[in-house]
Amino acid sequence: MSTTLAGMLFIASLIAAVALVWKPFGDHMYRVYSTTRHNRAERVIYRLLGVRADAEQSWGVYARGLLAFSVVSILVVYGIQRLQDKLPLSVGMKPVTDHIAWNTAISFVTNTNWQAYSGESTMGHLTQMAALAVQNFVSAAVGMAVAIALVRGFARRKAGTIGNFWVDLVRGTIRILLPIAFVGALVLVAGGLIQNFAGPHEVSTLTGGTQAITGGPVASQEVIKELGTNGGGFYNVNSAHPFENAATWTNWFEIFLILVIPFSLTRTFGRLVGQVRQGYAILAVMGVLALASVLLTNVFELSGNATVPQAVGAAMEGKEVRFGVSNSATFAAATTLTSTGAVNSFHDSYTPFGGMMTLVNMMLGEVAPGGTGSGLYGMLILAVITVFVAGLMVGRTPEYLGKRIGAREIKLASLYFLVTPALVLVGTAFAMGSAEQRASMFNSGPHGLSEVLYAFTSASNNNGSAFAGLTVNTPWYDVALGLCMVFGRFLPIILVLALAGSLAAQAPVPAGAGTLPTHRPQFVGMVVGVTIILVALTFLPALALGPIAEGLS
Amino acid sequence: MSTPVLEKRRVGGGLLDPEQMIRSLPDALRKLNPATLWRNPVMLIVEAGAVFTTVLAVFDPSFFAWAIVVWLWLTVIFANLAEAVAEGRGKAQAATLRAAKRDTTARRLKSRAATEWDVVGAPELKQGDLVIVEAGEVIPGDGDVIEGIASVDESAITGESAPVIRESGGDRSAVTGGTKVLSDRIIVKITQKPGESFIDRMIALVEGANRQKTPNEIALNILLAALTIIFLVATVTMQPLAIYSKLVNPGVPDSLALNADGVTGVVLVSLLVCLIPTTIGALLSAIGIAGMDRLVQRNVLAMSGRAVEAAGDVSTLLLDKTGTITLGNRQAAEFVPVDGVSEAELAEAAQLSSLADETPEGRSIVVFAKQHYGLREREIHGAEWVPFTAQTRMSGVNFEGREVRKGAATAVMKWVRDAGGHPTDEVGHLVDGISASGGTPLVVAEKGRVLGVIHLKDVVKAGMRERFDEMRRMGIRTVMITGDNPLTAKAIADEAGVDDFLAEATPEDKLALIKREQEGGRLVAMTGDGTNDAPALAQSDVGVAMNTGTSAAKEAGNMVDLDSNPTKLIEIVEIGKQLLITRGALTTFSIANDIAKYFAIIPAMFAAVYPGLDALNVMRLSSPQSAILAAVIFNALVIVALIPLALRGVRYRPSSASKLLSRNLYVYGLGGIVAPFIGIKIIDLLIQFLPGMS
Repeated sequence: MSTTLAGMLFIASLIAAVALVWKPFGDHMYRVYSTTRHNRAERVIYRLLGVRADAEQSWGVYARGLLAFSVVSILVVYGIQRLQDKLPLSVGMKPVTDHIAWNTAISFVTNTNWQAYSGESTMGHLTQMAALAVQNFVSAAVGMAVAIALVRGFARRKAGTIGNFWVDLVRGTIRILLPIAFVGALVLVAGGLIQNFAGPHEVSTLTGGTQAITGGPVASQEVIKELGTNGGGFYNVNSAHPFENAATWTNWFEIFLILVIPFSLTRTFGRLVGQVRQGYAILAVMGVLALASVLLTNVFELSGNATVPQAVGAAMEGKEVRFGVSNSATFAAATTLTSTGAVNSFHDSYTPFGGMMTLVNMMLGEVAPGGTGSGLYGMLILAVITVFVAGLMVGRTPEYLGKRIGAREIKLASLYFLVTPALVLVGTAFAMGSAEQRASMFNSGPHGLSEVLYAFTSASNNNGSAFAGLTVNTPWYDVALGLCMVFGRFLPIILVLALAGSLAAQAPVPAGAGTLPTHRPQFVGMVVGVTIILVALTFLPALALGPIAEGLS
Repeated sequence: MSTPVLEKRRVGGGLLDPEQMIRSLPDALRKLNPATLWRNPVMLIVEAGAVFTTVLAVFDPSFFAWAIVVWLWLTVIFANLAEAVAEGRGKAQAATLRAAKRDTTARRLKSRAATEWDVVGAPELKQGDLVIVEAGEVIPGDGDVIEGIASVDESAITGESAPVIRESGGDRSAVTGGTKVLSDRIIVKITQKPGESFIDRMIALVEGANRQKTPNEIALNILLAALTIIFLVATVTMQPLAIYSKLVNPGVPDSLALNADGVTGVVLVSLLVCLIPTTIGALLSAIGIAGMDRLVQRNVLAMSGRAVEAAGDVSTLLLDKTGTITLGNRQAAEFVPVDGVSEAELAEAAQLSSLADETPEGRSIVVFAKQHYGLREREIHGAEWVPFTAQTRMSGVNFEGREVRKGAATAVMKWVRDAGGHPTDEVGHLVDGISASGGTPLVVAEKGRVLGVIHLKDVVKAGMRERFDEMRRMGIRTVMITGDNPLTAKAIADEAGVDDFLAEATPEDKLALIKREQEGGRLVAMTGDGTNDAPALAQSDVGVAMNTGTSAAKEAGNMVDLDSNPTKLIEIVEIGKQLLITRGALTTFSIANDIAKYFAIIPAMFAAVYPGLDALNVMRLSSPQSAILAAVIFNALVIVALIPLALRGVRYRPSSASKLLSRNLYVYGLGGIVAPFIGIKIIDLLIQFLPGMS
């Protein structure tokens, strides 16, 4: 079997697997978020937190709860890192330096999981488990909660409330993430991943040197790293490490975990708004963009259009031999399309256009299918903007799912799509404008520019993957990228919740022949077009001076 | 569109002559004042860019820089021109109206009973003043006729030269200041406040003096502002990247586009102006003004732009049966004889009884008898006509010993019985049958026996069914409002093809129906003329009052139809839709244009440092300078080219949302992508020979 064919089968089987669980899993999430019953564990948590679980919240209260929870989370993660030498299971690790601790705390709370540190030499086991892995769960649940709140805005009629943040957070964690993570971790252990509390272990390498390899609770962290589209690896080399990703089939399974929630949430969306076909439409938009991206990344990598790859016969630099070019490219596309940021190969070593695809995937705004929850709400914002322009063209005040898109709605949606590109571009401009920051670049020329652009794109879009090649654990980068992560996460969330509140308050307009249908291929095509054009228009100058200049040289 | 009247009114309203452009030029220049321009953020940025590049060109002159400066200024001027031309058309109309607003004097009565008056200037009249107006005089202010009847020439407002009747009481009591009484004498109670007459409001409206942005326009402006900010960020943040790129390629010589300080100011501004949505930004307010103007040209005055926009959103249309769906009057459709009477005999009696009946129903009986039974009208002498009264509820004739009557079934049957006749059950069945089918039965009798029944029917206007089908395709539900009983109403509703009807409607029912529809999230449009329509007009989202109606109705509605043609509601809906479509289409076009501009400007800026980027120069433009200038020129010219479209509105054909979208996407989306590639290439071919272009 040729490698290309194997790669295609790999992709096809992934699509089949996601398609298979889409309906039952999406329906399960629908029930989780719409039932009125609390289970015993949840009741205990609500009592401990002092939450009135049956009280609905306005968008403002919902947002305040979310922000308060996130601030506390950041402080806790920061505190644990700084005090880890005084805590058990430190395996001899020193306290994390202040700027890295701040960057890491923000990184994990914002579901970015950008790693300015090297896991096996910086973080103790307790830090990994109590600080980082906990955030892997709850930051994913926060994203899902926001998405569900927005969908409720569409579904509700003249309502002042959009749900209860604490309930959504707890349910997402306990009923969706934990059970899958438990089963998934066992599967990964069976696949060869490790799960222990061992400390550094000296081994002799083939070349005769020695290397310290740290053991740890890897499988349990690996599974939620993918499932919650987090991406922060236990080891510095992330999913390229054999203890994190042992073989082709664990590679397949990890990609499946990455994709399953973001895609299945479209089903949940369809159920919640009472029109399953609307869910199909959003799924189709995500699917078209994702498939196109995966295939293009594969094409660029397999054609190996650069000097070195042509010399050695394949673009193998920075890729693991056990995965090969295609399965690495597919992983790279999946991880950048979903705001996961886990890597099993080094994007910095990709062909210029292959590397550009990973950049473009993130620049899409993490919507195809995007992060857990954030993908759905980002895509719905794009649908709102599409509906606005398209709706005018059919001669009516634009409406989506029966809700009018008026001045307030378009203001919130416009601000949403302003935030991340502005952060990316302004951050990149500052870094490139300063000789001191440019010194962090490993390469010069357009490739060096791509490295910086990638870092800011990844942080602002809460992806967290690194192009590598850029020394980012300097105070300046830690602070700048930390700010990008905070603003790139919470400003959009506040805008989305405000939009949810404004939509929920409306009485829906009944659909008629004059209403723009938003479930047909026509609309799917428009959203795809709007997404691509918005990204192209915003980032083309920067891309032209980075990967495009490199690729066309 | 089978009714010729409608067809005639649909066209026109958008043609633009070059002379108009030239005439509006001074206005366009005046609008360069930033204090005026700030309302249009997109164009304000272009103007700021034009000022900036002018300064740069002064200090570092080159032909290229000055060419860019000139075309940037032209871009702003073209945008202003679009608005000025749109406003200019309103101004012409306002001038006509002003001519009608001559300063008149009024004869003000001291009280209703008084016979003496004092003469005051029209502007001094207050609400509640009584004035007396006689033939040949101009009515000094808006008001209601409280005494008398007169024919009035309202051509000053409606443009219609045929005089109309205005009389006290009823729904035709309103008169408008500035119109002229042609005959008789009326007493008018002034209802306007000083300086707020109908004509004043009309002038303000057509001039767009206090034009407010409409909700969708505001929303679109926000989107455009957001896009502008994005492109501003994208352009400004490109500068450090450009400086870096130049730095790492030290061998590349400086050019007009790129030097060690990065992209030159002139080129950076050019890129920004090309990217921000200038096309729609330039035309947006012209589109709004022209939309109002299209209504005015159809003799509809919208009190707010909001109402025009709401018209496009309407999903329920309430239409009065009489005058809108049916011709005003019922007409004879059938003669049904009873008890062995021949059809000819019945026809003859029916015709005889109606010869002197000047009501439309009576005329229609005579006409029907002539058309279907060959009975010609005849002059008869010595006949005694019995007129219809509310008490007898029948009319007829006594002639040569015959007594013939026609009228309401109960009245005529009673008359027959009183004369000793015994009408059979057959008559009753017939009458019920006709009523059930929606018709009006008139029983014809000759002393002591019933001859038969005349079937009077409402006649649905030609072309209405097609119109309603069209509405349905547009997603608009039509509801017929009638005072008829449900049976009659249903029959007419079926025949006309409306979706629903409200029978035996009282003003309260109407109001309740509107509220019910609105509760379900639908927008409702209706027309009305009577005072009892006022609450419903006020409640509806689009309330079109007939100019012939009462002042209360005109006050309550948000539009006034000067032609008093209830069918016009349908056109108003179409104009509302067209307004939104035009905005959406030009926005799409504007954004789609950017793709080609990138392909022109990016290689022009950076191909010197990265020769590979020349592959993006797919148009094979001759030089960096000519590529950038061509993009800027195209960007400016496309505004001028689209002014006529903005004023006329995008062609609108009633059809489903999906079809409309497909069509507009092809024309303005795909067209918007392709057009600039061609346009920029052509401009490049023309300007490549200018100095400094290579």
